[in-house]
Amino acid sequence: MTKQHITVTVNGEAREADVEPRLLLVHLLRETFGLTGTHVGCDTSHCGACTVHIDGRSAKSCTLLAVQADGAEVTTIEGLSSGADLHPLQQAFWDQHGLQCGFCTPGMIMQSAWLLEQNPEPSEGEIREGISGNLCRCTGYVNIVKAIQQAAGTLSAAESAPVVAAETTEGVA
Amino acid sequence: MIPGQFDYVRPNDLGEALRILAEREGEAKVLSGGYSLIPLLKLRLAQPGLLVDIGRVGGLDGIVETDDELRIGARATHRQIHENEIIARYPLLHDASGGIGDPQVRNWGTIGGSAAHADPASDWPAVLQAARATIVCRSATGERLIAAKDFFVDTFQTSIEPTEVLTEIRFRRRARGQGGAYVKLERKVGDYATVGVAGIAILEGNSIRWAGLGITGVSEIPYVAEEAEAILVGNAPSDDLFRRAGEAAAAQARPVADVRGPVEYKRAMVTELTVRALRSAVERGFAYA
Repeated sequence: MTKQHITVTVNGEAREADVEPRLLLVHLLRETFGLTGTHVGCDTSHCGACTVHIDGRSAKSCTLLAVQADGAEVTTIEGLSSGADLHPLQQAFWDQHGLQCGFCTPGMIMQSAWLLEQNPEPSEGEIREGISGNLCRCTGYVNIVKAIQQAAGTLSAAESAPVVAAETTEGVA
Repeated sequence: MIPGQFDYVRPNDLGEALRILAEREGEAKVLSGGYSLIPLLKLRLAQPGLLVDIGRVGGLDGIVETDDELRIGARATHRQIHENEIIARYPLLHDASGGIGDPQVRNWGTIGGSAAHADPASDWPAVLQAARATIVCRSATGERLIAAKDFFVDTFQTSIEPTEVLTEIRFRRRARGQGGAYVKLERKVGDYATVGVAGIAILEGNSIRWAGLGITGVSEIPYVAEEAEAILVGNAPSDDLFRRAGEAAAAQARPVADVRGPVEYKRAMVTELTVRALRSAVERGFAYA
């Protein structure tokens, strides 16, 4: 079977590869591009550990072919924040102890990020429904929900922060 | 799990897809969202020589009402359907589309893909059966309109020809007095339905003028509960009537004992879920009188 040349923009950077059509997106990310933050959990579309964003839509990357992502923009956990600062969701999972073993965490955070883009102020029920495709076998979800609530607060505060405040801090070093 | 080898093409328009299907008749399988087909490829239950990905074919995801029909493009995702403002007036479709799989599955899975997959426990086939939907299939030589009852042949088998693409699903426009509901029992989010019931009732005065019931999870393929429908028609809605219809629907079921429960339990759940679906459908029908 012929290999196909694909170009995928991963975390803002255009990357190319020659792949067999049967290669799964999660394996392209982990093995071809070395981005091992995206985890393979169940490998049967149930657990959500492999969740990434494709053109802004959350997806289970074990249930997509790499060739389907040709020409698309993919965001993985590695691309969620830039530089050394944690994304508010990453910080909130840390603060609220939203993980124990950590295996589900990359997928959980990517799905939460998508959820908060769709619904910046979700209720507890909406959060639970929003992460219902992501399984955690350690925490019982209580602290995960708290972490998403914290991040929702941080993100909406940042959104509504007056521009003036940013300006006044300039030159105050 | 790694799928077997196959070739892959992603045509940009339907004509090209149909031409490829005609050229590679019998070898090719159509890929839509992938959330049904890719798991089958990984389990090697499907081993096509060629995948024709219609993910970039435009014009297949519209949701429109004509004078007498509601038409949903095959590539409309469960989420697009659930959030659509026209669908807000179609409670059966709104219920069903919001409860399929999980959020990621609803982001990618499509109504046409689900129908073409014909899983014996999936949600859309029961809805299409209850609603007497028409399935539109296109090939390089023309278009066929197939009634749901003729479309679903057996487990994972439909009457789509290898050279055809399912392009659209058509429903009758909602009538005054019409209500619908989809009620599903599942062990956990994303599990196959233990039992799912799609119910429609059209009310006239205080009596049921027309009823549609589609049942999933308890047969080789989701079926129309015809005897149950006949019990309902011409009668005033009541819990007693719903229960008699539910028992008829359960009698028609052919459940298999598995991890989701024994045969008796599944039959009992068909009865109970039919009662619940009808209660809700009738309530919604009265509200739309």
